[in-house]
Amino acid sequence: MGEPGTKELLSLEELEAAGSFRTGRKHIVSILVENKPGVLTRITGLFARRGFNIDTLAVGPTDDETISRITLTLDGAVQSIDQVTKQLHKLVNVLKIRDLEPTETMARELALFKISADGAARAEVMQICEIFRAKIVDVSKRTLVAEVTGTQEKIDAFERLVRPFGLVEMARTGEIAIARGRTET
Amino acid sequence: MRAVDALMECLKAEGVEVVFGLPGGANLPTYDAFYDAGIRHILVRHEAGGGHAAEGYAKATGKVGVAMGTSGPGATNLVTPICDAMMDSVPVVFLTGQVRTELLGTDGFQEADTIGITMPIVKHSVLIQHPLELPRAVHEAFHIARTGRPGPVVVDIPTDLSRADIPYEPITDVHLPGYQPTTDGNQKQIRLAAKALANARRPVIYAGGGSIGASGELTELATSDRLPVTCTVMGLGAFPASHPQWLGMLGMHGTRTANYAMDEADLIVAIGARFDDRVTAKLSEFAPHAKFVHIDVDPAEISKNVPAHIPIVGYAKNILPKLTAEYRALEPDPGRLEEWWHRINSWQERYPLSYDDSPDAEIKPQYMIQALYQATEGDAIVCSDVGQHQMWAAQHYHFDKPRRWINSGGLGTMGFGLPAAMGAKVGCPDDTVVCVTGDGSIQMNAQELATCAQNGIDVKVFIMNNGYLGMVRQWQELFWDRRYSQVDTGQFPDFVKLAEAYGATGMRLTDKHTLVDQMKEALETPGTVVADVRVAPEENVFPMIAPGQAARDMVG
Ligand SMILES: Cc1ncc(C[n+]2csc(CCOP(=O)(O)OP(=O)(O)O)c2C)c(N)n1
Ligand SMILES: [Mg+2]
Repeated sequence: MGEPGTKELLSLEELEAAGSFRTGRKHIVSILVENKPGVLTRITGLFARRGFNIDTLAVGPTDDETISRITLTLDGAVQSIDQVTKQLHKLVNVLKIRDLEPTETMARELALFKISADGAARAEVMQICEIFRAKIVDVSKRTLVAEVTGTQEKIDAFERLVRPFGLVEMARTGEIAIARGRTET
Repeated sequence: MRAVDALMECLKAEGVEVVFGLPGGANLPTYDAFYDAGIRHILVRHEAGGGHAAEGYAKATGKVGVAMGTSGPGATNLVTPICDAMMDSVPVVFLTGQVRTELLGTDGFQEADTIGITMPIVKHSVLIQHPLELPRAVHEAFHIARTGRPGPVVVDIPTDLSRADIPYEPITDVHLPGYQPTTDGNQKQIRLAAKALANARRPVIYAGGGSIGASGELTELATSDRLPVTCTVMGLGAFPASHPQWLGMLGMHGTRTANYAMDEADLIVAIGARFDDRVTAKLSEFAPHAKFVHIDVDPAEISKNVPAHIPIVGYAKNILPKLTAEYRALEPDPGRLEEWWHRINSWQERYPLSYDDSPDAEIKPQYMIQALYQATEGDAIVCSDVGQHQMWAAQHYHFDKPRRWINSGGLGTMGFGLPAAMGAKVGCPDDTVVCVTGDGSIQMNAQELATCAQNGIDVKVFIMNNGYLGMVRQWQELFWDRRYSQVDTGQFPDFVKLAEAYGATGMRLTDKHTLVDQMKEALETPGTVVADVRVAPEENVFPMIAPGQAARDMVG
């Protein structure tokens, strides 16, 4: 494949073969940072520059108030995730990074669903909620709001089931994760 | 005291000798503090000039450079030097003024989101949010700029905070839990590397900009046996070019010998180098027979472009003596390199750097550099701009010592040369400092001639005037069917008159027979001198690895 400096025309197939497009493999990355202004921007900027698309992002405190945990899920890109995690390590306010192995990780997300549920539908929706251990946290004449926690897949499944009833709106937190067993995340 | 007076104390405590900058509304308080702080400040004519001057100072001295600008346009003018310092790992602290805190985010007059704009091109940056933070932030900035892989750090100071009255206590310790560079290298890895080296039959040492500070240690390792050495354009001078084990520069315009040696090597020891695409050429065909030892202080460089078999993270300066000791202890058989040297020597004989000299008085650009080498007796600090002249200077001025070749390698910033020379001269007043530039590049920061003239900064500028944006013209000639599109600079301006207008001495050199003598005259003329050297207009830089090609397919 020619360099940009030459006049050779590049076909889309060539670009694809050279690995210039996304790969799609999912990653969960957990990052401990000093709780300082701008840290999140620096981190997301590093991912963006290397063509990673961030699917979900959750930020919250840890047991130490000066330290926050950022949990990101992303799709793969042209570059391997190693290069980004190494670059993340170089950020002065980043303390620790784990590219979590899905099988050794507990990942959970919380979601709120506002579902149309009048008349006969209501009982059916409530039944689905029960199966998914979803809590009903608000009820109005025509709708109810269900709170679900679980893995991304579980929430996706819940969404598929309630959508036919009329999904008014939905809010998801994005996954947070922690390593299984004794090892620290 | 005022926060800005504390800032002055911090700069002094950091050993800052000089600051390059230009004032404006948002850093008026800082400039008021400069008025009698006893720190040398050089008023540049454009903040980019100040930024590159700080880089030149840092590259020439090994110390941290400091550049300043006001908010908004002052800070945006610093963006290019910041990026340049990032790419070439130059330790520079940039102090920018910012609008007062209540105006932040309101599009206040001369407000720019300096931290946001520079975020991807800094090693670190900080917006001061409380005046008490300032002293610590400044010391942290110097610490971060200087240590690990050096780089630019931006400290953005809102003008109201800089006027605050604060108690000042000197700070002696810096504690950054998230910033702990590995410096010493893993002993086991070092031993492995020594073993690999002792068993190698076709080894090459490939030294980059990260070995500039470990020149003695590098030479010690190479000469503990007959290990061949090549350097990148950033590493020139780390190993003496007059040494018989020197292969010449490698990469796109490197010597055939260096590139062929990489191509056939069985072991490459990369030291403070980052396998840039101008070095590897076609990556899939780069050094196909080699295993790699990669020594670098930045773990993110290891296996970034080329997988390292034996990575060693730390300072070259700390690692190389241990590697040399381990290597010596193995008592490697020097005879095993016999055949390799035979091959290398045959390339050296067959492919010396050469060019066709002119039949008349015309100055060939290559000869211009050779003449400069003669006139300066090979002992100047050479600051280059970007283009053909840069490559010819890298090829034909043979650097025997580190910190004598100062150029913009990673970003390739036209306009770097003159201000960098200015900074280098300020840092090394006893050295001869020359700027090799092009008719295109010089114009991008020519205003600093005024700074040089006003402050008696004695730089000698040699413009390789080919009347073209020559490097672009070369590519258009070779790869775009000679369709010269927007590369003809004509003979504008008249550089002799320009020099005189700036208060410098202007000269025009056109005859190769008198060139060396006229260059000597230029060097001996006191003050800032600009020599407009008219060279053959359509000469090309060779040899060359054409784009998309492998090292072994070098042409010219
Ligand atoms: C700021 C900037 N703009 C554009 C370029 C692209 N560029 C690289 S070399 C070059 C030509 C430089 O011309 P000159 O300074 O006359 O040097 P020559 O190649 O003729 O020796 C250009 C335009 C660059 N490197 N930097
Ligand atoms: Mg030119």
